[in-house]
Amino acid sequence: MGKIFRFYKDVDTDQIIASQYLLFPTFDEMKVHTFESLDPEFASKVKPGDFVVADENFGCGSSREQAPSVLKALGVKAVIAKSFARIFYRNSINIGLPVIICKELYDEVKAGDEMELNMEEGTITTGGKTFSCTKLPENLQKILDEGGLLASLDKED
Amino acid sequence: MGHTMIEKIIAHNVGREVNPGDIVTVDVDYVMLDDIMMPFIVSKFKEMGFSKVWDTEKVVIICDHLVPASQVDDTRAYHISCDFAAEQGIKNLHRSDGICHQLMTEAGYVKPGHVVFGTDSHTTTYGCVGAFSSGIGYTEMASILGTGQLWIRVPSTIKVNITGKLPSNVMSKDVILKVIGDLTAAGATYKALEFTGDTVENMSVSSRMTMTNMAIEAGAKCGLFAPDEKTAEYCDIELDDFQKNLKGDDDAVYEKVINYRAEDFVPVMAVPSNVDHCVPISEIGDVKVDQVFLGSCTNGRLEDLMAAADILKGKKIAPFVRFIVTPASRKVYTEALKNGTLDILLDAGADITHPSCGLCCGRTGGILTDGEVVVATNNRNFLGRMGTNKVNIYLASPKSAAMSALTGKISAAV
Repeated sequence: MGKIFRFYKDVDTDQIIASQYLLFPTFDEMKVHTFESLDPEFASKVKPGDFVVADENFGCGSSREQAPSVLKALGVKAVIAKSFARIFYRNSINIGLPVIICKELYDEVKAGDEMELNMEEGTITTGGKTFSCTKLPENLQKILDEGGLLASLDKED
Repeated sequence: MGHTMIEKIIAHNVGREVNPGDIVTVDVDYVMLDDIMMPFIVSKFKEMGFSKVWDTEKVVIICDHLVPASQVDDTRAYHISCDFAAEQGIKNLHRSDGICHQLMTEAGYVKPGHVVFGTDSHTTTYGCVGAFSSGIGYTEMASILGTGQLWIRVPSTIKVNITGKLPSNVMSKDVILKVIGDLTAAGATYKALEFTGDTVENMSVSSRMTMTNMAIEAGAKCGLFAPDEKTAEYCDIELDDFQKNLKGDDDAVYEKVINYRAEDFVPVMAVPSNVDHCVPISEIGDVKVDQVFLGSCTNGRLEDLMAAADILKGKKIAPFVRFIVTPASRKVYTEALKNGTLDILLDAGADITHPSCGLCCGRTGGILTDGEVVVATNNRNFLGRMGTNKVNIYLASPKSAAMSALTGKISAAV
């Protein structure tokens, strides 16, 4: 089980991590500024295993791979949204952050609710209800399971 | 059955017919690497075990976000960029020539039909000359540097067809803001936008760049204009048979066709804090302006500066307005200097800065504070992008920006 942090639609990458932090040498230094403009306390409240749940078009805007990277560095287990922006989606898979499309969940939960994700089954359980979510194609799930594109390529070698 | 423009470009690249939804591996014609991502790209490139880039001629490294530096650690990215270029024997290095998306076509790299990727979301810009170009992250960029290839899914296409003559106070910026407002910020996600009709055929390549630059703001994978004589002249080439045929076929299958009458467009702004929040300026009301920014890869070209100068000639901006003008490239800067445009803007009260990304990404000169209003010609009005998260960013055309600087409140050109 993990706690839900809930955000609205069209959350852009500038809000996930602003440009003035992009060159910080490590993700540990960068991650404390995650979602700073929307929820300055996010980074101190979120715990490994928690979830980010959002409306449509999560991660729109810039191509910065730092956006999924800081979420992963904070231990966010998965982002579940009604839909994702294209570049954010690709970047997330490549760095090993699960991005799950679920049309129903957002409107049924509030911030602070607990939920459980079963990626193999493609289900989310919260408040006694179970929602089905999009399962990733096998090749993308494999990249995720192995911890991202780099780790996955290493295993192929 | 016919094909859309993007299907033709990808088919030409992979050497077989393709359809939307197909997953293909493309050979990349150019990559664009910008300074702010270079430390990460180089580190991933080495982590992946590569030692040499696949083709030094096809790699373009551009310092634009961080020159001149504004934070103490910024020059690290500059040194990494220059050192990587030297170590790899990459000659296409721009230390301070302007914004990446301006230079990729202006400096003669990208041509019609090319497949190009860059580590910046506004890489969609090069569709202005009929190239397929899109933004990616640094891990994928490192992978292209080593292999010269990338897998992509062939997108479906939304055709945006515009016919007629635009009103004189409307620029291509107003057109694309309206289109994004209608499509919404996610309306073209994973899709290609193809712009057609006599209105866009009559536009300059610079005006088309403004529109492809902002295709990403509707979520699009790319935005495309069919190459024509203007494109050939701009790229200094003669179109070959493939390039001449690079337009959507009459019997191509489009996901959607949206038709506009050019005469219906009015000056608009994207109001805080979403790009798809498009409002006619006549409906915005009385809003005092603290600052005006004329520049960026969206609207920092010679025709943009000249459009503003035309409004400001012999006049002074409102005394309380800070007016920052950032030419998109060294070439634009030089041309605007030589033809007197910069004189007019200086006399009107503008601060002219070095060519770069400048204020657009909130990294250099001109950031704002709580409660301030900026009218800006760039492409994003996201919360916190140009200073604190209580800055109100209104996106506008160069004409509307100039008029707002003149009156000190949000205004459209007449």
